[in-house]
Formats: sequence, structure tokens, C-alpha cells
Amino acid sequence: MNEQYHDHSHPAQRMRVSLFVTCLADLFRPSVAFASIKLLEQADCEVTVPLQQTCCGQPAYSSGDYDATVPLAQQVIGLLEAADYVVVPSGSCAGMICHHYPKILQGEWRDRALKLAAKTFELTAFLNDIAHIEPQHKKPSSTLSVTYHDSCAGLREMHIKEQPRQLLRQLCGIEVNELEKSEVCCGFGGTFCAKMPEISGKMVNDKLDNALATGAKVLTGGDLGCLLNIAGRAQRQGEEIEVRHIAELLSGDLDTPPIGEGP
Amino acid sequence: MEQRRDTFIDNASAALKNLKQAERRDIIASFAPQIRAAAIDSFEGFGDLRSHVKKIRQHSLDNLDYYLSQFEKEAVHNGNQVHFARDGEELNSVVLDICQQHDARRVAKGKSIVTEETGLNSFLQSAGLSVMETDVGEYIVQQAGEKPSHIVTPVLHKSADEIRELFQEKHDLGPRDLHNTSDLVVEACNVLREHFLQAEVGIIGANALIAENGYCMLVTNEGNGDLCANLPKVLIVCTTIDRVLPRAEDATAMSRLLARSATGQPQSCYTSFYSGPRREGELDGPLETHFVLLDNERSNTLASNYREILECIRCGACLNHCPIYTSVGGHAYDSVYPGPMGSVLTPLLTSLEQSHLLPNACTSCGLCEEVCPADIPLPDLLRDLRHDESTKKLSAPRWRYGLKLHSWLARHPSTYQALTAISIGILYRLGRKRGGFSKLPFGSGWTSQREFPAPQEGTFMKLYKAEIKQNNGR
Repeated sequence: MNEQYHDHSHPAQRMRVSLFVTCLADLFRPSVAFASIKLLEQADCEVTVPLQQTCCGQPAYSSGDYDATVPLAQQVIGLLEAADYVVVPSGSCAGMICHHYPKILQGEWRDRALKLAAKTFELTAFLNDIAHIEPQHKKPSSTLSVTYHDSCAGLREMHIKEQPRQLLRQLCGIEVNELEKSEVCCGFGGTFCAKMPEISGKMVNDKLDNALATGAKVLTGGDLGCLLNIAGRAQRQGEEIEVRHIAELLSGDLDTPPIGEGP
Repeated sequence: MEQRRDTFIDNASAALKNLKQAERRDIIASFAPQIRAAAIDSFEGFGDLRSHVKKIRQHSLDNLDYYLSQFEKEAVHNGNQVHFARDGEELNSVVLDICQQHDARRVAKGKSIVTEETGLNSFLQSAGLSVMETDVGEYIVQQAGEKPSHIVTPVLHKSADEIRELFQEKHDLGPRDLHNTSDLVVEACNVLREHFLQAEVGIIGANALIAENGYCMLVTNEGNGDLCANLPKVLIVCTTIDRVLPRAEDATAMSRLLARSATGQPQSCYTSFYSGPRREGELDGPLETHFVLLDNERSNTLASNYREILECIRCGACLNHCPIYTSVGGHAYDSVYPGPMGSVLTPLLTSLEQSHLLPNACTSCGLCEEVCPADIPLPDLLRDLRHDESTKKLSAPRWRYGLKLHSWLARHPSTYQALTAISIGILYRLGRKRGGFSKLPFGSGWTSQREFPAPQEGTFMKLYKAEIKQNNGR
């Protein structure tokens, strides 16, 4: 075993999954990564977490600094390409690996990027479509009212739509209370939210209004960027809606305070 | 295009504070996507037609020189005069020359974005001509002394009440109060009818130039294009060189995508083909017809990495679906071409120096690309423009250096993880009670609109490595 890898389980024939934690989960919400590991193990996967990982390079890439992105993309490819599957608890970081690495790399690196792209999945897509996770208990049921925010990259680059809803139904007994205009951007957009804050503020306010209109107690989603944005706005407005990453809900980890809330 | 200053952020800020217009924009942001979706859902072949037209557009642009020559030859054969204009100034001069040759005093114009691009109205007016816009939306915008806020529906920013007030101010209404919205339309039609009859020169745009027969195609919903084209004795068609398509059937295929994407109609109310001047024995039509075909950076764009923007069919779907366009409206872009397609086109037609904020007015949400009937990868083109911005060092230094520093750190995992563990530890301790921060040094962009959520205790990497250590020690 590579000493950089921490093995969570041993039996052979399990799907060998490398978790790409994402920088936002690493820095702001480790519970997302721990919940992802728990879910993957529940789906009978052998999970490794390459310890040298940092960031996929999206901030520089989105700002047009391709020169700074290329070495980061190569670093990520080098770290992850040995795995059978790569799972990412974020639609936008998964989209970066699957769709954008091949665009900025050439030659041999592009081939390696394409190979990695073919085995890289967003968390809910992997759990639902590939690993076919089963509920731990029979017939779960929940009265928790939950609404789901479709992140743009998850939705349009990774085609994540039904998977999180299906998993919430199957693992938690939760029917998503759909918010209006669920496919419209929340205004995060990486550096956009800080470069054009007023426009971003209007967009996140619209998103929050639509979420509140559902009467849901919890807003969840697959991308921490959006969730930090929406949670931050909810707190600024004094709105009492809990914001949590989908991995936390699915793994049943509801003891940690919701995003941006005190203990 | 006129010189411009990049004032997008200030304009957007002002627009967001105009609550009346913001309310209208919100309504349109809901309504326009619905009517488009209804039209496309009820038309099974949309995806196939989109791919078909995309291939044709690519082929036409790949062979632009060939099809333009063919168009010119056929159009001349039909009795038209064809002029090529390198830039806006040349187009304006060609048009003025034609008007002066005919001692024209009055010009009736159909909707033409290209002549908005070249500033033709003010140019002709300063030469003493009277120019009347005849598309009702354009007419209202002209009367108000404003500019269009949308490429298809130019007066999207105005309510019926505002238009009524404008007519009350500008028209001699007598006892009429224009109570109903339809009264407003009738009022505009009555005023415009006189202008159609008096104008010596008609100017229209074109949605397509057809190489095989030298015709042009124009789609409108008001029929004003036909009146401009047929009543005055001289017709001038102003459009750009990238509008050429090989065959008539290509133009009609495109029009089926266009109307559905623009207004949710299966076809526009009027789809007209103009061949040339009145022939012997014919009773109506112009006596003399001209095509003025503008380049204005299209050739350079064709040779650049941004050529796909030339495939745009000007439907406005990307505007209607863009959450930024619908938040701030078209005027904030200070360009004839607003929204995603405009944020690509404007820097190419002017310069990136003058327009580099526009490609940043994008969250890469991808909705524009999804709805674009021409299948243009707008988010990619906008990002590539941000790449040029970064390469030319036009972006704010704090962003450029900040991102460089971040990338450097991210390439040095040990340093990155040590530094983030320390900073996250501090942030956690400062923020754990409240759960977030209202203000942060270097974070005012974020905190001006929202709280900054405090991190959990320790980075994942720190916690995870501690867990490994503990397990190995067991």
C-alpha cells in the first residue's frame, strides 16, 4: 500500500475509490468529506484519500489564468489516475476534472486527462448510478422538509438531477420539496461573487426567496460553493433555514451545526 | 462601434437600485424562458435542426469568401448594387452618399442592429436627414432618446405606463387617453404610417443573405420591414458579411430555430425575401436597391479563436436566460449587444481594453449555451476572453496576484496544508460562537452581501492525518 494512502477497508473485489475532497470541504466543511467516506464505505467501496491533494485549479481557470491551471491539473491527474474510480463531493470540481482538464491540456497529458475523466464521478452520481448504495435500515422515513439546490456545473456538466433526489428518497425517506427556478444560478460563480457582489447578491437573494417559499427546513445541494453563498445570505437576512451538504444528510450526520451556524 | 468606457459595474449597480425596472425584469426572466420552452418542447426536431443549422453555419463561415462572391454576383444579377464596408464609418458614408444622390430628406428604418452598431441614425441626422425608426419598440426607444435594451425586444425595459406618458408628451393626442395597451400600438402605427408614405429611402437589416439567388431574408413581427422595403423608392439593406448562407432552404431552416428561440413562435409573423428593384411591368417595389455589407472586425474574428460567435443568429435567448442580464438589464452593458453573446462580441468589435469587465459578468452557469440555438459555447468563449484579459494584465492586480499565489500554494501541498491549517484554526476560533463573520479583511466583496460562514474545527487534511496516526498507533 502506498504510504500516502490510508486504507479504510481490505477485502478484494471492492471498488477502489479515490476521494477528491475538494478545497472547500477541506477548509470549511471536513464533515462533507468524512460523510462521503462513510457513504462510500456503506456502498462497499475501498476508499483512499490521496494526502497530497489541495485544489483542482478552478479559481485560476475560471479567471482565465490557464498558465497557473495547467500544473495544478497535472498534479491532480498524477494523484488520482491510479484509482479505479475517483469520487468528488462537488459537481463543479468533478466538472473541472471531467470537462475542463482535457480542454487545457495537450498531447499525452490530454490523454491522461481523458482517462481520468472517464472514471471520475460526482458523489451522488457515483453512489446512485455506479455503486448502487443500499439503505442501512429497511424503509427509512423522515418528516424533514428538504429542498434541493441544483448547482449549475453539477446539473449541466455532470448531469446531476435525479441522483440526489433518488438517494434522499431511498436512504432517508425524504421527498424533495422542489424550489421554483431550481435550475437558475445562485450567484456564487467562484470569484464572480466577490468581483460583482451586488449582482451576485441579487441572484442569491432570489434563490433564497425561492427556497424559503417552499417552507423547507433544510436546503441541501452538492456544491459547497453554492451552499456557503446561500447560507451566508440566509444568515445575513436572519432567515432560519438550515443549509447542509447532501453528503451530510445522506450519511445521517446531523449533529454538526449547519453551514455558518454556531453550536 | 463607438468608443466606450467599461462602466458595467456602476451601470449594474444603478440598474439594481431601479426597483420598478427590476420588477419588470423579474417578470420577463420568468416569462421568456417559459414561452421558449413551450415552443421547443412541442417541436420534436429542435435538437436535430440545431445540429443541421450549426453545420451549415460552420460551412458558410469556412467558405465565407466563396459564398460572399456568389451572393454579390447573384445580387448584382438581380439588379442590386452591392457595397462592402470595412467599418461603421464606411457603412455610414455609403448610406449617406446614396441618400444624397437621391436628394432624400426622410429615411424610414426597419429594425437593424447593425446600424445601431455603426451609429447610423445620428450620422444621417447630423447631415440634415430625418430618420424614423419604424419597429414600434425601436420607435419608442428613439422617441425617448434611449438605446435598445435587448436585441429582439428593444423596449423591454419600459412599462406600458411609461410608454403612455412618452406618447402623451411627444404626440398631439387631443382628447385621447390611450387607456388600453392596444391603443398605444394603434397610436404608434398611425404615426408611423405617415413616415412610410413620406420617406424617400427605406433601410432594413437582414437575418440572412442567400448566396444561391442573391436574395436576403428578414423576419419581423410587425411587417414594418416590408413597408420600409417596398414603399420608398430606394431600399438599402444593411447587414454584416457573416450573415451569408448558401441556399434559401438554409435560411428558412435557421428561421425555424430563430423564432422559437426568440419569442416562442413557430415562425415570425413576417418572413420576407427581397430580391432587388422593381422589374419592368411590376407595379410596386423600390426603384433602386443596395446592399451594404459591413465587416467591422468580423474578418478578424473569423481568423481568431472566437469565430464561433459569428454563428450567432441574434435570437436573444441567451439574454432572456442569463441571470445576470435579467438582473441588471441591457443598458448596463452599454453596448448594442448585451447579455452573453454581447459580452463576447463587444470586446471583439471594440477592444478588450474598453470592455474587459463584460466577460467577467458571467458565473459560467452554462444556461446560455444550453438554450443557444446556434450551439455556441458561450461560457468557454467568455472564459477565453478572461484569459486574454489576464494575459494582457487588464484585470485588477490584487486578483491576478492573489490567484497566482493561491495556485502556487496549491502546487506545494505541504506548505498549503500547513498554512491552511493555521488560518482555518484562527478563523474557527474567531467565528465558532456566531457561526460566521459579517466583515473580513480582504473579503469585502463577499461580506458586502452575505455572512462569511465560519469553518469547522480544523481542516479535513489535519483531522484526517490525525486519524491515520491514531489508527496506526493502535
